[in-house]
Amino acid sequence: MARTSSSHLSNKSPFRTATLWLIWGWLLIFALLPNLLVIAVSFLTRDNSEFISLPVNIDSYLRIIDPLYFDVFVHSLWMAGITTVICLLLGYPFAWLVSKAKARWQPLLMMMLILPFWTNSLVRTYALKLLFANNGLINKTLLAIGVIDTPIDILYTQGAVIAGLTYLLFPFMVLPLYAVFTDLRNDMLLASQDLGASKTQTFWHVVLPLTTPGIISGVLLVLLPAMGMFYVADILGGSRNLLVGNIIKNQFLDARDWPFGAAASVLLTLAMAVLLLAYRASSRRIGKTDFSEVA
Amino acid sequence: MTDSPVNVPVTATPSHANSSSDNPDIIDIRATDVLLQLTGLKKTYDETEVLTDINLNIKRGEFLTLLGPSGCGKTTLLRLIAGFEQPTAGAISLEGVQMAGLPADKRPVNTVFQQYALFPHMTVAQNVAYGLKIKKVSKDEIQTRVRDMLAMVQLEHLANRKPQDLSGGQQQRVAIARAVVNRPKLLLLDEPLSALDHKLRLQMQSELKRLQRELGITFVFVTHDQEEALSMSDRIAVMKDGKFQQIGTPIEIYETPANLFTAKFIGETNLFKAEVKGVYPQQPDRDGQVTNGRIEVEVCEAQAQDGPTTLRNLRRPNFANEVQVGDIVNLLLRPEDLRIYEADDNTHSGLLGRVIESNYKGSTLDSIIELHNGHIIKASEFFDEDDPSFDYKLNEAVKVSWVDGWEWVLPDDNSVNDKTDNESDSDIYIGKAVSTTVQKDIS
Amino acid sequence: MSNSHKSQIIKTATPRHSKKNRPTTDKQSIKLGSIAAKSYLGLIYALLYLPIIVLVVMSFNKSKIGYNWGGFSLRWYESLFNNQAMLNAFWHSIVLGLVAATVSTLIGTLTALALHRYDFRGKGLLNGLLFVLMMSPEIVLAISLLALFLLIGLQLGFVSLLLAHITFCLPFVVITVFARLSSLDERLMEAARDLGASESTMVRTVLIPVILPAVMAGWLLAFTLSLDDVVVSTFVTGPSYEILPLRIYSMVRVGLKPEVNAIGTILLVASLILVIISQLLLRRR
Repeated sequence: MARTSSSHLSNKSPFRTATLWLIWGWLLIFALLPNLLVIAVSFLTRDNSEFISLPVNIDSYLRIIDPLYFDVFVHSLWMAGITTVICLLLGYPFAWLVSKAKARWQPLLMMMLILPFWTNSLVRTYALKLLFANNGLINKTLLAIGVIDTPIDILYTQGAVIAGLTYLLFPFMVLPLYAVFTDLRNDMLLASQDLGASKTQTFWHVVLPLTTPGIISGVLLVLLPAMGMFYVADILGGSRNLLVGNIIKNQFLDARDWPFGAAASVLLTLAMAVLLLAYRASSRRIGKTDFSEVA
Repeated sequence: MTDSPVNVPVTATPSHANSSSDNPDIIDIRATDVLLQLTGLKKTYDETEVLTDINLNIKRGEFLTLLGPSGCGKTTLLRLIAGFEQPTAGAISLEGVQMAGLPADKRPVNTVFQQYALFPHMTVAQNVAYGLKIKKVSKDEIQTRVRDMLAMVQLEHLANRKPQDLSGGQQQRVAIARAVVNRPKLLLLDEPLSALDHKLRLQMQSELKRLQRELGITFVFVTHDQEEALSMSDRIAVMKDGKFQQIGTPIEIYETPANLFTAKFIGETNLFKAEVKGVYPQQPDRDGQVTNGRIEVEVCEAQAQDGPTTLRNLRRPNFANEVQVGDIVNLLLRPEDLRIYEADDNTHSGLLGRVIESNYKGSTLDSIIELHNGHIIKASEFFDEDDPSFDYKLNEAVKVSWVDGWEWVLPDDNSVNDKTDNESDSDIYIGKAVSTTVQKDIS
Repeated sequence: MSNSHKSQIIKTATPRHSKKNRPTTDKQSIKLGSIAAKSYLGLIYALLYLPIIVLVVMSFNKSKIGYNWGGFSLRWYESLFNNQAMLNAFWHSIVLGLVAATVSTLIGTLTALALHRYDFRGKGLLNGLLFVLMMSPEIVLAISLLALFLLIGLQLGFVSLLLAHITFCLPFVVITVFARLSSLDERLMEAARDLGASESTMVRTVLIPVILPAVMAGWLLAFTLSLDDVVVSTFVTGPSYEILPLRIYSMVRVGLKPEVNAIGTILLVASLILVIISQLLLRRR
């Protein structure tokens, strides 16, 4: 994608120098340095007054497998995982259908998908609360049509958190899938058919491998954020359904156990790195070697 | 010279031949060896009729090209044969078996796509093996057949590469290998050469022809490039607006086009309007034999004509509506059929004009001449090295003529007559048409 | 919520289908005539919009809680306007957004220009940093910035918020502008240089005007991101500068508050307008 014109800009103009200083400066200070700090902090020890102190150890990482916290982590992973699976199951056919619609309609359909997500996510989470409450719309409707006799508890269950996360993160699964589906040339599907493959076989041998980068991309964009969106757990889940994000928040802002919070954050970052590598590998496999997002 | 737009010239079949036996130009094809039969095919999209009344018998082992401008329906027809779509009406039968309702994956037909559609996540070998794998052929057999196929297209050394690493020409060969390894009864090729550069294209044309002969598979080839069609095909079916205009051998299409569209679509044309002055159905031809008779016409640009006589005596054409005195007809002449004389040459009659462009093309001298009435014509003459003065100066005055008998007569309009212009077994007009038209009187 | 806007970026940054040369055999569009397809899509869209519709409707509901329609009323909007704390927070958010958007657009545009036009050492690293910045879960970003601020002893408040917002908006501006730069005709720039313009002059007089729509779209995006941010702000905010999302957050945790419906609706409409404007900007030429 980058067609640089730099070949004839060999003379270093002052403008260029100033620009590069500014950019590098900002990114190094506010992007690289903070992350390095967090990694460093995760290996330090908690201190009551200064937040952190020596000695260097891996205690905070060990705390994670402490039964007290481990269950929460697993539960958080579980909720985020279910969210991802639901998004994938719902989003895959959705993306496919939109990509098959008349070209004229597609931008509109995608716009309609994204529009809700331009509004404040807090507000939307709150809107879900309205729906899920005991005297909320869902319960009222179910009571009215007689499916239930007493209001069911939706709020403050893990189901509510999952629903909330799914609601907020759905388009992030759809977007990369839509991208791979539109890239998927129709003549490949025809070729597969022409060579004797049934619809199922075509899906398994052609469609699935070619859309895998999109799936991984979608998982990347849903799973990790899902684990971090503490406000959804706060508003919809109550105290029994916490996400990793809640833990990190608590540790940093309330309990002041920075090393522990940092360790959790580092683990999230590692998970992201693993998924990115998986994405690169699957892209390479289908021959797409240009996967730098920015340039 | 019997031809009308109604009769789509098709090579005669022995069962109907009355004159084919003594004509060397008719291709010898076993009449009963029809592989694919298309009857009355029609395809409608959104109330637009994309294909109308398509009838065609494709013969086993032939290289048939569907030729036409974009939008003429040739790709749609190909897709119907492949099974990607179903016709709105009509029947397709392969070796007698009806294909209607049979989806593409069940037909013994394979396709080479315009952009090859090679699977990027599989190697070349895996691509070629795909069809066999689906059919659950044994691993050993797959290995052998794939290897042999790759050897045939000279790509064995690239078997483990991914398609993206290959050049356009190589990808194309993989696409062909992938299709052909399945031993299909019919191979469909959808403009497979259009993505290649000119030189490679020419190379691939002869490659494909060689491959087709070696494999003996029937090819149906789609293209909009008439030179390609002429050079590769056993038969060409010219299409326009969803209908066949003419079906015939390359020579027939080029020398004896059925209508103005076909004439103009293939090669360069010069069209001269002429008024029929006399019709003599019993007059003998130059060789003394009476065939369809003669007519006498006066070329309409007679004011520009100069010479002994302004009338020309031609073969009587066989139009749907019998030609009559007073009718206007079109005389078709290819650039190589024209003869250019000096304006003051009194031994020849011709149309007066001046040369506005003259290009030396190596083997020929191609000239563009503007006649006195503004009509622009193109001429192409073989370069005569013995004549040092054979070159035209700009604005040189010349006289344009042609050898009697080298013209081809077409009616004045472009309409396709309502009588079927498709091939059909019962009406073989062409035995006669072919035999008479291809005779050229060389003066 | 920067996560929610990755969508916008990915959509606008990569020029898709229309540019490719597709042969006739390629695009087989199901005309969505299939009932199943239409219903499925319809259902999903309905589910997506239901909560929002409920929110908007309820904001005009006279009764305090529950779904009994008490009649049309603007009382919650009135209550909003009388809520000093809310108005303060709203104002703070706007100011923060304006400044953050402007600065990040500035830096981001320069970054995009540099990436597109210049060759320099470590370009890959730069790309990588921007990528990581964009892809990281917000919470990771949040604590890393908090750690930084506390380390350098920065008082948490407007400044810390500003620096954080600029940082997370940056990659999105870069992508938006970069996408536009990629589709530009190189010769325009070459011609200017050829005529003697210095680098900065050329950038100023030729390049910037041409990419201006993308830059403005980037600004709008940054503004919206800043306005909506919850996660990062939670960590780096200070008591002296309360912003709207956090105000709403504290209200919402406690229970059902009808004013939230009203502010939600206002934010919704505002976002809508901004989206439409930015789309129009990006569509031009």
